[in-house]
Amino acid sequence: MKIIVAIKQVPARDSQLRIAASLQWIEETDLAYEINEPDAYALEAGLRLKEKQGGEVIALCAGPQRAGQAIREALAKGADRAIHIEEDTAALDPLARARLLAAAVKGESPDLILTGLQSEDLGLGQTGVILAELLGLPHSTIIMEVEASEGAIRVKRELEEGWSQSIEMPLPALLAVQSGIGKLRYATLMGIKKAKSKQVRRVTAASLGVAPAAPSIVLQRVYLPERTKRTQLFEGDPQQAAAQLVDKLRFEARVI
Amino acid sequence: MSVLAVLEQRAGEWHRMSFETLAAAQQIARELDTTVSAAVLGHNIGALANELAAKRIETVYAFEHDLLKEYTPDAYTLALAQHIDHFKPSIVLFPHTYQVRDFLPKLATRLDRVAVTDVVSHRVENGELTLVRQLFQGKVNADVRFSGDGPHFASLQAGAYRADRVLDGHATVEVVTPSLSPSDIRTRPLALVRESQHTVDLGAAERIVSFGRGIKDAENIPLIEKLAAALGAELAASRPICDAGWLPMERQVGSSGQTVAPKMYMAIGISGAIQHLVGMKGARTVVAINKDADAPIFEVADYGIVGDLFQVVPALIEAIKKA
Repeated sequence: MKIIVAIKQVPARDSQLRIAASLQWIEETDLAYEINEPDAYALEAGLRLKEKQGGEVIALCAGPQRAGQAIREALAKGADRAIHIEEDTAALDPLARARLLAAAVKGESPDLILTGLQSEDLGLGQTGVILAELLGLPHSTIIMEVEASEGAIRVKRELEEGWSQSIEMPLPALLAVQSGIGKLRYATLMGIKKAKSKQVRRVTAASLGVAPAAPSIVLQRVYLPERTKRTQLFEGDPQQAAAQLVDKLRFEARVI
Repeated sequence: MSVLAVLEQRAGEWHRMSFETLAAAQQIARELDTTVSAAVLGHNIGALANELAAKRIETVYAFEHDLLKEYTPDAYTLALAQHIDHFKPSIVLFPHTYQVRDFLPKLATRLDRVAVTDVVSHRVENGELTLVRQLFQGKVNADVRFSGDGPHFASLQAGAYRADRVLDGHATVEVVTPSLSPSDIRTRPLALVRESQHTVDLGAAERIVSFGRGIKDAENIPLIEKLAAALGAELAASRPICDAGWLPMERQVGSSGQTVAPKMYMAIGISGAIQHLVGMKGARTVVAINKDADAPIFEVADYGIVGDLFQVVPALIEAIKKA
């Protein structure tokens, strides 16, 4: 089974974010980056399928040069090879991003494409579904389990309020995977060593023949949210802060 | 120009977010000085359409087809694309449900558009609609506008608009029969299953102590358990903790877990991603303990301690015992 896993590189979770002078995005200098966690789960699902069924896992990533780090991590965890669309994609809307991914996927004819549910930077949660539509593939999202058989898959899709549903579809198909589908593995030393000799195909929008298109949604301005609630904050010595808080909870809020 | 609200039902029952979307559509239409219509898709949905006929809407489009009885992304996309192509609404609004997340990007792509998903608020200035959504797990806000011609698509976050603001009135019901054939549908939905039986009813808890990634390791959970015991509180967690198997899924608070409204909700090492906040913002008193003073959880907290939870929590247990 040939599996492509689309991953995105995003600012690390605990980053202190500052707004860029342009007010159009965050300040990117000095930020640490990591694989978008939902995509790490998609990769985990792909590696598990390969271990069960045999085949190949290809990591696919669109991003500037620094995204090479995310690709190396995916290879170290067990992806067999990678495709790096080397473009600064921060300003792209999800349709433009998916067009790049679709162009890179063509010619690979995968059986299955996996993506995370959403990115932790933009959080639009659309790229996977758009990619399926552009490639003419059936899809499903919020996937908790995947079972593959000859030419078809059965997945478990999470619904709201504790419900889930099994869905069958023919291959090739695309799945947007829910976080928590399996415990994430770490790269082993052996994996990191092996990754160095694995193939990374580097392409660009131009080499893929994807012309830039006018975006249909525009980020006008980004800003830090205003506090809507007045929070009484206790800082400094933990003992003192704890005593003050307990006092407030007992005599002001009267909840304990 | 007109606004279309696409509402969600399953087996004849409204999704609770449907009327939030209708309220938003009525408000936005009023601000843009235009009309609002509503659509609902399914099979034998006459009763639902009639319910909408008593709202202040121009036309209720009831999409009736036996291939719409069970949701599939293929049938929903095809049915709505045909309709939108024909009636050309300028703005189409959806509730940001799991189902909408599954087909809205596909529908927008089919019509060569990009949807703005998970919108938290909007404003209209000089007849121009600006949508507000959150980036970086709620740490940053963004103003977003559509460019180019409609139809423009957006989905609205749970709780962003109030369902009780829907205005009553009178609407005409029009039954739409989309052109669908079984060969259009590639996915086969099977039976629905209820995963967790919610044997723990967090919804009834008076006090909840909840923890998140800040706990770092499952070995540290007994510390939180001690605090919960001292407070007489139920233990809960954010999604990543339950994903990791550190607490059972039934103790998860958030959009994919339980919605709670205790007298006191104490969030420890939880940054407060929006998926978590929607599950607990009904709490009367919110307490946050986090090392990051900029964590979004402090935006909804009444009381907070900025500090290392491994120092603060033992101090809290001590202080409660003394009290």
